[in-house]
Amino acid sequence: MDTTNTTADLKSATMDADTHSAHYHTKSEVPTQLPPLGPDMRPLWPPKVDILMTVLFGIAVFSMPIWLQPFGAAYPDLMQRFAIFGIFAIGFNILFGLTGYLSFGHAAFLGIGSYAAVWSFKLLSLNVVPAIILSVLIAGVFAAAIGYVSLRRSGIYFSILTLAFAQMCYNLAYSVLTPITNGETGLRVLRNDPRVLDALVGSSEVAIPRASFFGISMTGMAGFWACAVCLMIAFYIALRITRSPFGMMLRGIKSNQTRMAYVGFNTRPYTLVAFIVSGMYAGLAGALLAVVDPLAGAERMQWTASGEVVLMTILGGAGTLLGPFIGAVLIKYFENIFSALGHTTLSDAFSFLPDGVREFAVSIVSPFVGEGWHLTLGVLFVLVVIFLPGGLAEGFRRIGRMFRGGNKSETSS
Amino acid sequence: MKGNAVLHVADVQKNFAGLRALSDIDLMIEEGKTHAIIGPNGAGKSTLLNVCVGRIAPDEGAVVFKGQVITGKKPHEINQLGIARVFQTPEIFPDLTLLQNVMAPAYARRDGPIRLNLLSALDADKDVRAEAEHVLLDLGLIEKRHHEAASLSRGDKRRLELAMCLVQHPSLLLLDEPTAGMSRLDTNRTIDILKRIKERGMTKVIIEHDMHVVFSLADKVSVLAQGRIIAEGTPDEVRADPRVQEAYLGGAH
Amino acid sequence: MDAILLQVLNGLDKGGAYALIALGLTLTFGTLGVVNFAHGALFMLGAFCAVGLQEVLTLSVRVRDESITFFEAYKEEPYLVLWFGDTGAAIIDWVVPLSVLVTIPLMLLIGVAFERGLIRFFYKRPHAEQILVTFGLAIVIQELIKAGFGANPIPISAPEIARGSADIGAMLGLSGVLTYPWWRLIYLASSLFIIGGVFAFLNLTTYGMVVRAGMADRETVQLLGINIQRRFTVVFGLAAVVAGLAGALYTPILTPNYHIGMDFLVLSFVVVVVGGMGSLGGAVLAGFLLGILQSFASLNEVKSILPGIDQIIIYLVAVVVLLARPRGLLGRRGVMEA
Repeated sequence: MDTTNTTADLKSATMDADTHSAHYHTKSEVPTQLPPLGPDMRPLWPPKVDILMTVLFGIAVFSMPIWLQPFGAAYPDLMQRFAIFGIFAIGFNILFGLTGYLSFGHAAFLGIGSYAAVWSFKLLSLNVVPAIILSVLIAGVFAAAIGYVSLRRSGIYFSILTLAFAQMCYNLAYSVLTPITNGETGLRVLRNDPRVLDALVGSSEVAIPRASFFGISMTGMAGFWACAVCLMIAFYIALRITRSPFGMMLRGIKSNQTRMAYVGFNTRPYTLVAFIVSGMYAGLAGALLAVVDPLAGAERMQWTASGEVVLMTILGGAGTLLGPFIGAVLIKYFENIFSALGHTTLSDAFSFLPDGVREFAVSIVSPFVGEGWHLTLGVLFVLVVIFLPGGLAEGFRRIGRMFRGGNKSETSS
Repeated sequence: MKGNAVLHVADVQKNFAGLRALSDIDLMIEEGKTHAIIGPNGAGKSTLLNVCVGRIAPDEGAVVFKGQVITGKKPHEINQLGIARVFQTPEIFPDLTLLQNVMAPAYARRDGPIRLNLLSALDADKDVRAEAEHVLLDLGLIEKRHHEAASLSRGDKRRLELAMCLVQHPSLLLLDEPTAGMSRLDTNRTIDILKRIKERGMTKVIIEHDMHVVFSLADKVSVLAQGRIIAEGTPDEVRADPRVQEAYLGGAH
Repeated sequence: MDAILLQVLNGLDKGGAYALIALGLTLTFGTLGVVNFAHGALFMLGAFCAVGLQEVLTLSVRVRDESITFFEAYKEEPYLVLWFGDTGAAIIDWVVPLSVLVTIPLMLLIGVAFERGLIRFFYKRPHAEQILVTFGLAIVIQELIKAGFGANPIPISAPEIARGSADIGAMLGLSGVLTYPWWRLIYLASSLFIIGGVFAFLNLTTYGMVVRAGMADRETVQLLGINIQRRFTVVFGLAAVVAGLAGALYTPILTPNYHIGMDFLVLSFVVVVVGGMGSLGGAVLAGFLLGILQSFASLNEVKSILPGIDQIIIYLVAVVVLLARPRGLLGRRGVMEA
């Protein structure tokens, strides 16, 4: 290779004898002269790092009951929601964060997962394992069908197609599918449901039908541990997908889909698999919602719910690994705090102010709390998109750069 | 002679809204040769290239690549047959690193159009990585391999795009004005790289405005004007052809 | 025959609402290149202009109820009635038509404020971010209205003379009896009038023609030294007014609540897509077509064959159109196909 290089150089040098080519001559040789800059085979991402990250993540998740104490959020019900919506957002990110396809219908898969899980509790067993497997599979099948059609279009058309499908699911769940979904009342587990598998083992009669894991009832902390385990597995798989060649292709599709086709990729199967995987994540989240509370309602499929998961992902940082989870935790946390605040709590909080001012402050703040939590959510949404389109992850990076930049200027001066 | 034609554009016609963009184009690209297509602006050069890669379907005629009709095939299918393309404006993956930019096409060459390796590590395949590193080294981009492609200068972006094509070892490389908008320095580097490829026996089709580039690289030149091939031959023959001079002086200006 | 005609009529007033919203949506998309998910909220704001006016007009005071003589009874009497007697009562009766006078300036103001305050910063940002920021805005508007007017629907009625039904059958000389509420006819007429107005503005005035030129090719128009930006602000205001009027006049047909904006947004996006992104005529055509289609799907005969079809017909049409004809019915090539 070296020899061809020099002969080529010679030719070009003889061909045009202007000053530029001489300049070029020295420059082009730089890389070939430096052996250390040759092919570097250090792994881009050592496999150990995956395990390490998952373990660290697991420690953070499993120690939630401890470190959430000071925030007043260490009760099972809320932590379950952190884990469940974390899974939902992490899965959504595999589609939106990696491929850039913005789905406005993912809540449909969440709802489908919930219904499938409740039906599993009713017909098969109160054990969570068949329920979770069934939900993930059924959500995957729906995602395959909806994704196959929707992914024929991109950009806003894709968003509208997913939205249309989700609205169809929602409307049907409320109307003709009532025998399956039990309409507005919601689908719940009853004492006298058949539960074939449980009957085989001889224990289909229970006092209060609740989901269980081989005898451990999924209430309270047990429910949280189950969700946390699922979250860890979900996180590890997402991590592997992100780091895989497949994940790189997805990012390539986001970056330049035309180029992907011209380097020889059939891009649609890639996006479809991403869509199905993220649909299955949503199905898992839906199943877990039913696990901790065996009830499924159509309102879970409404498009505002789809909007919420978009917000979680954006807030934390689309395309990052931890961002969507952090976004989900923050939104569920603030939802919990804000919606619990009422007029009296506000009056107490502002009690240090003089009477007239206090009334004023309370009246300003009160539309944002309690029932008005969604107003705060909307404002947050707008602010994040305007000022921090990269989400909190981008924010942290900026702060980090600021510090590093500061240090640099200090050392130089 | 006909036997070793890699690409045969056979009697292709293309109209755009009643306007004839290409008429009766019959073109043989011989194996291992560098074939330049020149012509004034609007002569139909880019249309011809688009027909070759399947971006545009011709109204009549067909494009035959190694004995296989490729008209009507999808871009990724045509690429998988061994045709790579450098665009007029750099088409790269701006959000990926240089190394990833080159690894993606290398994977496409090795694994075909679809492979759902969801859970394997990105560089578990040492060959793909090594190949990508090697091409980057070859084109003098190795130092920046972990940079985002968006941060490159325009000239570097074009070289990166070339690297993305070369890593696939295509049997035919199509280059649409590979030096347009480049500085003299970058132009010369590109010429040099293309000459080195030629020595490896890769067939190339180049569309170019810069005659300096054409005459330093081409084995054969076809001149396109108003959708027709008006002259064909070695660079020297074409240069001497009065019809070509007329097309350039009379047609373009 | 009569039944078919009735369904067509039933579809037309709903179609009118769809067409008006979709028209504004297309206008903002075509001129500003912004995908506005808050457009449904503008429709809802229009409806609440009417509601707000009603609340203002019916501000009441407790007075003794003279009609009850055998004990002391009190009733709420609007100030307007107290001060102006029958004239006051008539004003309250005519609240919906009167609300037009309030809606137009208010919605224009709101529209311009949105465009200047928020939307203009998003012209150059990706469509996904435009969708997201306007989606957030829609939530904010919706929740503000909920905070101000409560979550329950607020009934509002058409003027008394428009409350009955017209005998269309007799008018058209048909044998059968075919009645149709007056207000729906009025709504249909006003939506046609507004659509005509917008088209006249765009096609007959120089101002409008520049806007249309800007829709086709913004860069060239800017090169001509025309400040297209300011015109676009006006266009956004205009779209807001159209959506607002559609909402205000629709109140007697559909009792307004805080989430009608969202309900209509999804539908009107579907309408825009079916009509063809960026095509004004397509938006209007698709609006009426889908309205009629939906009213046919609600027929019991149809529902007995295809249960639930009325719930999903519009989305189904959207899916079919998007797949079979991605540009929509009248769309131009290359719009938003990236």
